[in-house]
Amino acid sequence: MAEVLIKNLHKVFDRTEVVSGIDLSIKDKEFVILVGPSGCGKSTVLRMIAGLEDITKGEIFIENNKVNDIPPKDRDIAMVFQSYALYPHMTVFENMSFGLRLRKFSKNDIKVRVDEAAKVLGISELLDRRPKQLSGGQRQRVAMGRAIVRNPKVFLFDEPLSNLDAKMRGQMRIEIKRVHQHLNTTTIYVTHDQVEAMTLADRVVVMKNGKIEQIGTPDEIYNNPATGFVAGFIGAPAMNFISCKLEKGSKGLYANITKDIVLSIPKEKNIKLSKYVNKAIVLGIRPEHISENKQKNSLKIVAKLNIVEPLGMETMVYFPINNTQICGKVSPDNTIQNGKVITLYFDSLKFHFIDPETDLVLN
Amino acid sequence: MKNNILNIKNSIHANRRWALIAAYSCLIIFVIFFLFPPYYMLITALKTNKEIAEMATNPWLIKQGITFEHFIYLFTKTPFLTFFKNTIIVTVSVVIITMVISVLAAYSLSRLKFWGSGVLATGIFLTYLVPETLLFIPLFKIVGWLGLLNSYWVLVLVYPTLSVPFCTWLMIGYFSSIPKEIDEAALIDGANHMQMLLKVFIPVAMPGLIAATIFAFTVSWAGFLYPLAFIYSESEMVLTVGTVTTLIKGDVFNWGSLMSGALLAAAPPVIIYAFLMDYYIAGLTSGATKG
Repeated sequence: MAEVLIKNLHKVFDRTEVVSGIDLSIKDKEFVILVGPSGCGKSTVLRMIAGLEDITKGEIFIENNKVNDIPPKDRDIAMVFQSYALYPHMTVFENMSFGLRLRKFSKNDIKVRVDEAAKVLGISELLDRRPKQLSGGQRQRVAMGRAIVRNPKVFLFDEPLSNLDAKMRGQMRIEIKRVHQHLNTTTIYVTHDQVEAMTLADRVVVMKNGKIEQIGTPDEIYNNPATGFVAGFIGAPAMNFISCKLEKGSKGLYANITKDIVLSIPKEKNIKLSKYVNKAIVLGIRPEHISENKQKNSLKIVAKLNIVEPLGMETMVYFPINNTQICGKVSPDNTIQNGKVITLYFDSLKFHFIDPETDLVLN
Repeated sequence: MKNNILNIKNSIHANRRWALIAAYSCLIIFVIFFLFPPYYMLITALKTNKEIAEMATNPWLIKQGITFEHFIYLFTKTPFLTFFKNTIIVTVSVVIITMVISVLAAYSLSRLKFWGSGVLATGIFLTYLVPETLLFIPLFKIVGWLGLLNSYWVLVLVYPTLSVPFCTWLMIGYFSSIPKEIDEAALIDGANHMQMLLKVFIPVAMPGLIAATIFAFTVSWAGFLYPLAFIYSESEMVLTVGTVTTLIKGDVFNWGSLMSGALLAAAPPVIIYAFLMDYYIAGLTSGATKG
């Protein structure tokens, strides 16, 4: 168990900078998830922590030891790969014990550790099988088992669930959470799946173009995104973004979207907005804050629906404002159809305002 | 509707039947074509000298009884066993040398990306393309200078020039097909390069290793030109050249003994191929990663 400290980390591949100045401090026993679109450099950061990529510039410390020039095997880390990377010619037992055998553990010790890990993961019956006789989920458990038996200081996961089908992914997500709670090992996990990020992490690191956009708890990232990118990336369906003009009226500020749609902005949101008066600004609002329920700060809007998506648990409705498709969420009991005109309410306390030039969220 | 489905089913069946008939016909033709020389070798080895010489009989059948006189002649009147022993020594040495060099070379060329590794890999394959008929004259000079002329050890030295490039190239292909994550997993598990090669790469690439072994074995067992050029004492000869030089005296061809010699010389490769074929076919690489 250990802290991981990353200072001003850079990585250049063939003159292209894929990681540009990452600073990150990961506490002991913390579960940190690096999330971002493909090519944002998240896997590269993980591979540099593992020692599989050279560090172009910057420093990485594991438990206060600088590991820049330490080979992977001496960093006391274990990694789980997206493709599982099991040794095809070895049984599950041999796969899990390979690292221990190379480190010259006694036979007895190996057996105790493998049995223990197999029990935690529920793969005790599979120890004699070879990888090709296992399902995807079972293979991923074996890959985790291989990491667990070594009892490393840090676990690294590189998109471990991306090769699994949706149902298995859900199960394995719970499994990973359970294993982390059981072992309490510092964990760094890379994914592009925001559901994994939201459900598993103690802290989420959102990356874009080799830089960190925001670090925070899932709750902070979701409710107080720092940039328009984070706001749009986290959450499904994604946050709605509506271009508008900020105007000052007698009762306060207004977001002028079209001639017919002018939304008043509650006073709580006014801070920082005054210098944007009469300027273009982007209003962001999540689908769940556009509903048929009227609340204290709700703003009424009349919408002509063009797509209705009943999902069972809820129904998503889509309607255009200014050629932008806006998504709202209504109760599934509401029997609405395409083409219908209904009244929806925007929860104005949940508005986010984004500077279109800097992409920063202003509240 | 039901009829339609039946029709489609029938046509699939008919299609499959025709495909099978065509496949079997082709296979039968190939089998006859390829088994004819060994068959002719076998019956000639078992015929009496008189029957071999007779022009009137059917050459594809044995009419006048089986004889083992040619085998007896081979073992008692010629140094056939010496040839056999020499061939085994040469072949085993060549296979070991080839596999050690080519596995190490292939591992480094496919995995340790170093400056010039790509060019080197292509270069190695190009050397295989130079025909031995061109090489034996300069090689004659070189082995003469090394003092190895007229010794079967010269073959242990020169055969790898044919087998190493091809086997290296073959093994590069097999090693490259092993997913990179497997080395990375092994690296994190604590393996050094030698352990990675011995405990992961070689077992995973076993079918390739066997293919390369078979190739090196064949090059060395069946080589004719180099022993013909470099060796002239009977005691140092290998099977291919030895059988021919001792059993063809001037214009007299001892067909019976020649064929029995060829039959015995062909036995070890057949046995080895049959033994290794199971490993060769076993797909050890599946299930490594997804799929």
